[in-house]
Amino acid sequence: MFNTLTGPTPAARGPLALLLHQARYDTLASLRNPRARFFTFMFPILLMVIFASVFGHDKTTTVDGTTVSLARFFVGGIMAMTVIVTAYAGLVITVTQAREAGALKRRRATPVPAPILIGGQALATLLTAAFTETLLLVVARIGYGVAFSGGALAAMAVTVIVGTLAFACLGYAVAGLIGSPDAAQPVVQATMLPLYFISGVWIPTSSLSPTLRHIAEIFPVEHLAAALHLASVRGSLTAALSPTDLVVLAAWAFATAVFAARRFSWLPVAATA
Amino acid sequence: MITNSLDAAVAQRAAAHPQAEAVIEVSGLHKQYGDHEAVRGIDLEVVRGEIFAFLGPNGAGKTTTVEILEGFRKATSGSVRVLGADPARAPQRWRERIGIVLQESAPEPGLTVRECLSLYAGYYSAPRPIDETLDHTGLTEVSEQRAASLSGGQRRRLDVALALIGDPELIFLDEPTTGFDPSARRAAWEVIDGLRRIGKTVFLTTHYMEEAERLADRIAVIAAGRIIAQGTPRTLGGRDTSEARITFTLPPGTTVADLPYELSERVVLEDGGRVAAGSTAIATDLSILSGWALQQGSQLDDLEVRRATLEDVYLELVSGRQHDRS
Repeated sequence: MFNTLTGPTPAARGPLALLLHQARYDTLASLRNPRARFFTFMFPILLMVIFASVFGHDKTTTVDGTTVSLARFFVGGIMAMTVIVTAYAGLVITVTQAREAGALKRRRATPVPAPILIGGQALATLLTAAFTETLLLVVARIGYGVAFSGGALAAMAVTVIVGTLAFACLGYAVAGLIGSPDAAQPVVQATMLPLYFISGVWIPTSSLSPTLRHIAEIFPVEHLAAALHLASVRGSLTAALSPTDLVVLAAWAFATAVFAARRFSWLPVAATA
Repeated sequence: MITNSLDAAVAQRAAAHPQAEAVIEVSGLHKQYGDHEAVRGIDLEVVRGEIFAFLGPNGAGKTTTVEILEGFRKATSGSVRVLGADPARAPQRWRERIGIVLQESAPEPGLTVRECLSLYAGYYSAPRPIDETLDHTGLTEVSEQRAASLSGGQRRRLDVALALIGDPELIFLDEPTTGFDPSARRAAWEVIDGLRRIGKTVFLTTHYMEEAERLADRIAVIAAGRIIAQGTPRTLGGRDTSEARITFTLPPGTTVADLPYELSERVVLEDGGRVAAGSTAIATDLSILSGWALQQGSQLDDLEVRRATLEDVYLELVSGRQHDRS
């Protein structure tokens, strides 16, 4: 804990210290939130165990022309879901609640610059996602014998970082469209659940119709899942990275960030409407 | 030379605060939301070290005005200076010098009281010590509790502590006790009174007359987007020079016509056989009345002299303005 008696404050030490200060408290708050604890830490692991145990036994599927076990397929898919649950669902709900409760307005009433508040929260989200992804990889390795090469792990790390930032931007943008915290959870489910099914998160896209696949390709979920699936079946970093998917994710990040910047409100929306 | 009541008020304040430095200066402030004019030309001056109450009914334009002063909303027209800067264009560093207690704000979720203060202290380059701030707001005992588990009154004190932690010169309190029970309200008033003792300037909005009277050095009353009265709790609305009201029951066997001439032409009959007379010269009127009563062999047992309460003045000021919102 930061103590005023032990030297300069984070604000006095500069933007980086202030960013870490904000990220630390945002992480602490999310670790203590029962909803966040379940959905961002337990739910992905639980789904991995259920899917791999129920469906994964001795079955195979095809990813990018390579035959792999269903357990290996699920690791890639659930890694994508973890990014989405942490960055998109987590931020849509947290930001909407904090805004409507006046907490964002009160933070904004202090000298802390807006980029620090948003950057600190994004960093906290990234740390949370990295922690769950690591845990997921450990469970996959120990529980189901699914191992990855160093190159594949590096490609996964890059994809998770880009994906988390893209879905965080999307989360900020969607939070700007929601007026009531009660609406946040339904909106998250309504937007993501259909995409999980058609984007290869839970079900291999090879079993879907071309029309559904084309629809899925418009949205970022498919690109995040495809990049992670590709990494999960390749050995070297260059072969495991999917530049096309990463570019699409970056484009989504840019477009939604621009939208969020125009639409974002620090003040409660319901009260001022 | 003093030519009108505004000059008189300015002269009076200058006499009371020889080195009065304006912390907030507002002139001709307007705010328009679509067709609705929420604020219709406001002039205000708040000087260093005073508690200034901005009093008015709900929907009168209080929160809109205070949000413009806090830099959360832009004025449609008019000039606003807070601590020497235009709040709408002030750099984020300007916020080092102000503290804000919002009308409604939930505590930071998941954090303890002490962690909330630590988080906010980190935002400022020279914050107040955390323990001292906890002590000042009476939160030391609950400092390790989750902020979300506090009672309503304790949460409000945490709001004040968070506004104080940056050691600001000027503190905005937007309806700090709305929805409180009487004991929580008194506890909050003690905290606000404490801000005066440590030399802070306080801009307080409220719709409780009693709160303004108890806390404020000066009061401005706003209704339908305009300031309709300004003054100290003692002088607001001409309260100090307004008519007092003398009421009594006529001694048995007498009528209004029997009263001395000076009184009989002014009295009105009230319910229950009492009579009432407005008076601007109380000692004279009482002397005439008591001389007459003694002649009648009466002690006027239920004689009452009453000056308008601040509540009376406020209600009279505000009534008739509330519906004036085309």
